[in-house]
Amino acid sequence: MIKNKILSYDVDNDGIALITINMEDHPTNLFSEDFMKAYFDITAKAIADDTVKGVIVASGRRMFMAGADLKMLEKPIEDPEVFFNHAMELHKRMRHIETSGKPFVAVINGHALGGGLEVCLACHGRIAVNSSRIKIGFPEIKVGLLPGGGGTAKAPYLMGLQNAMTYILQGVEARPDKAKKDGLIDVLVDTPEELIPAAKKWIAEHPSPVQPWDNPKHKIPGGGLFTPSGAQVMMGATGNVQKITHGNYPAAQYILSVIHDGIQVRIDRALEIEARYFTKAIMSKEAKNMIRTGFIAIQEARKGKAKPAGYDPYKIQSIGMIGAGMMGAGIAYVSAKAGIQVVLKDISIEGAERGKDYSRKLVQKRISRERMTQEKADELLDRIHTTIDPTAVKDVDMIIEAVFENPDLKAKVTQETEAVLGEDKIFGSNTSTIPITLLAKASKRPENFIGIHFFSPVDKMPLVEIIVGEKTNDRTISGAIDYVVKIGKIPIVVNDSRGFFTSRTFGTYCAEGGLMLEEGVPAAMIENVAKAKGMPVGPLAVTDEVSLTLGMMVYESDPSPDKDPDMTRFYELEKKLVKEYGREGKKNGKGYYDYPKGGKKRLWPELSKIFSSDVNTLDKETVGKRLLHRMALETFRCYEEGVLRTTRDGDIGSILGFGFPIYTGGALSYIDYIGAAKFVAECKDLEQCFGSRFAPSDALRRLAQSGQSIHDFKLG
Amino acid sequence: MEAYIYDTIRTVRGKGNKKGALNTITPTYLSTLCLKEIRRRNDLDPTLVDDVILGCVTQVMDQGSNIAKTAAIKSGYGDHLCGVTLNRFCGSGLESINQAAAYVKSGFSELLLAGGVESMSRVKMGSDGGALFLDPSVALPGHIVPQGISADLIASKWGYTRNDLDAFATESHRRAVVAESEGRFNSRISVVDINGVVVLERDENIRPGTSVEGLSGLQPSFQMMGEMAGFDAVAIGKYPEVEFINHVHHAGNSSAIVDGAAIALVGNKIAGEKMGIKPRAKIVSIAIYGTDPTIMLTGIGPATLKALGKVGMKPSDIDLFEINEAFAAVVLRAMEHIGIEQDIVNVNGGAIAMGHPLGATGAMLVGTVLDELERRDLSTGCITLCIGGGMGIATIIERV
Repeated sequence: MIKNKILSYDVDNDGIALITINMEDHPTNLFSEDFMKAYFDITAKAIADDTVKGVIVASGRRMFMAGADLKMLEKPIEDPEVFFNHAMELHKRMRHIETSGKPFVAVINGHALGGGLEVCLACHGRIAVNSSRIKIGFPEIKVGLLPGGGGTAKAPYLMGLQNAMTYILQGVEARPDKAKKDGLIDVLVDTPEELIPAAKKWIAEHPSPVQPWDNPKHKIPGGGLFTPSGAQVMMGATGNVQKITHGNYPAAQYILSVIHDGIQVRIDRALEIEARYFTKAIMSKEAKNMIRTGFIAIQEARKGKAKPAGYDPYKIQSIGMIGAGMMGAGIAYVSAKAGIQVVLKDISIEGAERGKDYSRKLVQKRISRERMTQEKADELLDRIHTTIDPTAVKDVDMIIEAVFENPDLKAKVTQETEAVLGEDKIFGSNTSTIPITLLAKASKRPENFIGIHFFSPVDKMPLVEIIVGEKTNDRTISGAIDYVVKIGKIPIVVNDSRGFFTSRTFGTYCAEGGLMLEEGVPAAMIENVAKAKGMPVGPLAVTDEVSLTLGMMVYESDPSPDKDPDMTRFYELEKKLVKEYGREGKKNGKGYYDYPKGGKKRLWPELSKIFSSDVNTLDKETVGKRLLHRMALETFRCYEEGVLRTTRDGDIGSILGFGFPIYTGGALSYIDYIGAAKFVAECKDLEQCFGSRFAPSDALRRLAQSGQSIHDFKLG
Repeated sequence: MEAYIYDTIRTVRGKGNKKGALNTITPTYLSTLCLKEIRRRNDLDPTLVDDVILGCVTQVMDQGSNIAKTAAIKSGYGDHLCGVTLNRFCGSGLESINQAAAYVKSGFSELLLAGGVESMSRVKMGSDGGALFLDPSVALPGHIVPQGISADLIASKWGYTRNDLDAFATESHRRAVVAESEGRFNSRISVVDINGVVVLERDENIRPGTSVEGLSGLQPSFQMMGEMAGFDAVAIGKYPEVEFINHVHHAGNSSAIVDGAAIALVGNKIAGEKMGIKPRAKIVSIAIYGTDPTIMLTGIGPATLKALGKVGMKPSDIDLFEINEAFAAVVLRAMEHIGIEQDIVNVNGGAIAMGHPLGATGAMLVGTVLDELERRDLSTGCITLCIGGGMGIATIIERV
C-alpha cells in the first residue's frame, strides 16, 4: 500500500492493483504536473511488478477527473521545443502503459473530461457508471486548445472521423450511455459498487490487450480519410469549422490537422503531430485570452471577486420585484429559481400574473425536457407572490425595480417603496439607460440605492451590470454582488455614466455600422465583416432588434449640450430611415432588414440605392477595424474615466454583455491582442480618415509606449 | 521558331456514368484510339515523334501510373515513344498543347503529340484525394470551397439570375444540335470497340429540344453543400459584400460529366516538311493567370487578356472564342470581362451540351475551334478555360 497526496496504490490478493486518484490539496482531481509525476511513477511500478496481473485506475472523488489544471497552462511558455518535449514525454509515459501488455482499466465514477478522459484512453478498458450526471468529453476547445494528451490522435480510432471531430470540435460532454454508443466507453454498470467487479472481470477476459491504434487489423469506424465517406467528412468539417470560427480560433484548424495528418501514419508519429499542434495552440494569443478571461476571470467573477473587502454576506431570502414586464418577470424567475422568495408587484393583478406566467411557461418547458421535477417546479412557483399592494414588500431583503424607463415614474416607485422598506435594505434599479445618480435623487437613502442591470432574456443572459451611483456605499455594492452570485449570474461593477458601460460601448457598434452604411459601404459587407470578426450579430441586425426608434429615443433623452457629432450623424440617419421610409426595426417588420413572414430576414434592397452602396468604398479590413477598434476605444475610455473599475470587468462585460469575441480576450484585452503600439497607430489612421472618435487618448498612447500589457498598466 | 498544329483528333463524348456509352471503354483505349487515328489520317511516320503529353486530372486507378506512357506503349508507335501525364485540372488538355508548343518553340523538340483524356464514368472525379480540399491547413485559411459554390458565388456577385443561366444553357444545346446535324465536327471520331464495332458515333449528352422551361424544374445542385457543410459562409467570409449565395447552378446549366480523349500533332516547320503535310494553324500566344482560390473560376478573362497582350492583340482581333462552359455563370462573367458578345463564343455549343471530360477538354476545344475557323474560312481563335484552385488558361491560334 502506497498513499500520498495524489493517489493511493494497493495490490489485491488476486494480483490486481488498484490506483485511486485523490488529490487532497485540490477541490477535485486535476490533470496537473504533480498528478503526472505521481501517476506515471506508480503505473511504471505496476508494470515492472511481475506479480501484478492488471491495474484498475479509479477516482477517490466525486469526479473521475475534471480536466487540466488551467493555471498550469496559463504559465507563459518561452521555448516551443521545451514544451514539445514535455508533451512527448507525456505521450511516452502513456504509451508505456498502453504497450505494457498488462491490462489497465479505468473505472469512471464521475466526470472524465479533457486530460481526465485522456488518462482513461491510455487505459485498455473503460468502464463507467451509467448515470446521467456524469459527463465524458473533451472540453479543451472552449479554452482555445485541443486535447493534447493523445486524445486528438486516438479518438478517431475509437469513434470514427466524424464523431471524433464532433466531440473534439464542439467540446461535447456526453453522458456515459452516449459515450459508449459512440465508442469511448467499453462497459456500463448501473452503480458505483459494480465498477471494481466489472473491471476485474474485464481484466480476466483481456489478459494481454492491444490498443486499437496498435492493432493493424483494427478498422476505423466509418472508414479512413481517403475513402469517399472520409473525404466527405473532412471536407464538410473544414467548411463548417470555417463557417463557425472564421479563422479566429486556430485550435479548431489544429484539431482537424492533427486528425488529417495523423490518421495516415502510425500512432507514435501521430502523437508527435499532436504535440506539435498542441504546442502551437498553447502558445497562441487566442488560447491565452480564452483561458485568462473566458475561464479564470469569469469563474472568479461568478464567485464574487468584485466584492469590496470586509462585508458579511448580505442576507437575501426575499426580494421585492416592482414591475412584472418582460424584465421583471425574468428577474422574478431567476430569483425564485435560486430559492429566493419574490414579491412580484405590478399595477394590476393581471399584469403581475402575466409576469408569473413567464415562470410557469419556463418550468413547463424544463419539466417537458426532464430538467426539472413537478415538485421542484411547484416549489419555485410558490415562491413568487403576485400583488398590487405597494406595502407588500415591506419585509423583503432587497428591492429590484423594473418599471418603464421614465425618471418620474421611477421616482414615484422609489418613494412609495422606501416608505415601507426596512431602512438598511438595498434598493436596486434595473434601468438600462438612466443614470443611477439621477434616479437616486428620489431616494431618501441614496447610499442604499444601486443599479442592477440585467440583460434580456434574463434567464439566458449570464451578465449583470452593477452600477454604482455617486452616493452608493460599499455595503450596498457588496450586497448587490451577493445577490447576483446567489442567482448564479456574473456581476461586473461599473461607476455611473450615461449608458453605463455595456449600452454605451455597444451603442458605438450600432452607430459605426450605420455610419459606414451612410458612407456607401454595402450593408451586407458591414454585417458579414462583423460576423467574420467574431461578433454574433451584425450591427445593422442588432439595431433592428432593439429598434431604430429606441436608438432615437436614447439620443433625444440625453440632455448633454455638446453631443458627439458622430452620434448626432447616426441619430440623423436613424431619423431619416424612420421618418422618411418607415423603417423602425424588427418590431414593425421593416428596419435595415425586411422580415418576410415565415422567411429569412433579408437586407432591404433599397438601402443600396438610398446610400449609393459601392463595394469599393472601403476594404473589409478597414470595415472590421472600424467596428472592433471603435468598441475597444470606447471601452478604454470607460476604463480611463473610471466607469470601469478593472480591466477584467471590461473584458467580461464586453464578452457576456454584447458578444465581443472571446478569442480577443475581451474589449480591453483586444488592445493587447492587436498590440498596443499597432492599435494606437491604426487608431490614428482611422482618426485621420473618419474622425475624432478614433483619436487615441494620452493614456492609451502611454500604454503603447510602455510596452506593458493593459492588465499591468497603471492609468494614473 | 514557330509552333504549328498539324492536326487534331478528338473522340465523341459518352455520358460519364455507369450507363454511359463509353463506360466499358478504358481511358487508355480512348487515348490510343486518338493516337492511332492521327497517325492514320496523316500517314505519320511514328519515328518522327518522340513524346506524348497527356492531360489527365484524376490520376488514380485506370488513369494512374502515367497514362500517357501507358497509351504510348499500347499505341504501336514503338518503344521510342515516351509519355508524360500532367495535371492542371480543367486546363490540362490545353496545357499539354501549350507545353508542346513551348518545346517546339524552344527548339528542344521537333514534333510531339499533345492532348488529354478523362474517363469520368470509370474514375470518379475527386477520387484522387489530395490536400487542396482535405488538408485543413490549406482548406481553412484559403477559404477553399467546392467549384459549384464558386460558380454560384460568381452568379451572386455579378447578379446572374437562374433565367440568365438557363437561357445560356439552352443556347449551348441548340447550337450543338445544329452543328451535329450539319456535320461540322470534322476532327471528331467515333469510338469503335476491339472488333471494330461502333460503340458511340455522336456526342451522347446533347439534348435536342432543351428549353428554359424544361430546365426550370431542375433543383440547384450546390444548395445542400453550401448550407449543410458551411461553404456558403466560407465564400461569404471572403466576399462579404454578397449577402447570401444564390444557388442557381444545376445539372442542366453546368458542364456535363463525360468520357473522352483528344490529341493534337504539334511541331515546327521542319517536322511538317519531313511529314510532307501542311500545318492547319500556328500557336500565336499562350498564358495562364492565377486568381483567388475561393471564387476560383474567374481566371478566363485575365488569362485571355494576358495572352492577347503578349502579342499586341485585342479581343476584337479574335474571330471565334471557345470558352469552356464549366458553369454558365463562368462564361457570362468571362464574356463581360473580355468585352465580347455571345455570337462569336462557343458557336457550336459547349460543355453544357456536350460535356467536359476534365483532362481532355482543352485539347478538344482546340480542334473544335479549328474545324469551325476552317469551315467559315476565318483566321484567329482563342481557347480558354477556368481552372480549379483559382487559375485560367488561354491559347491563341491562327490558321496558316
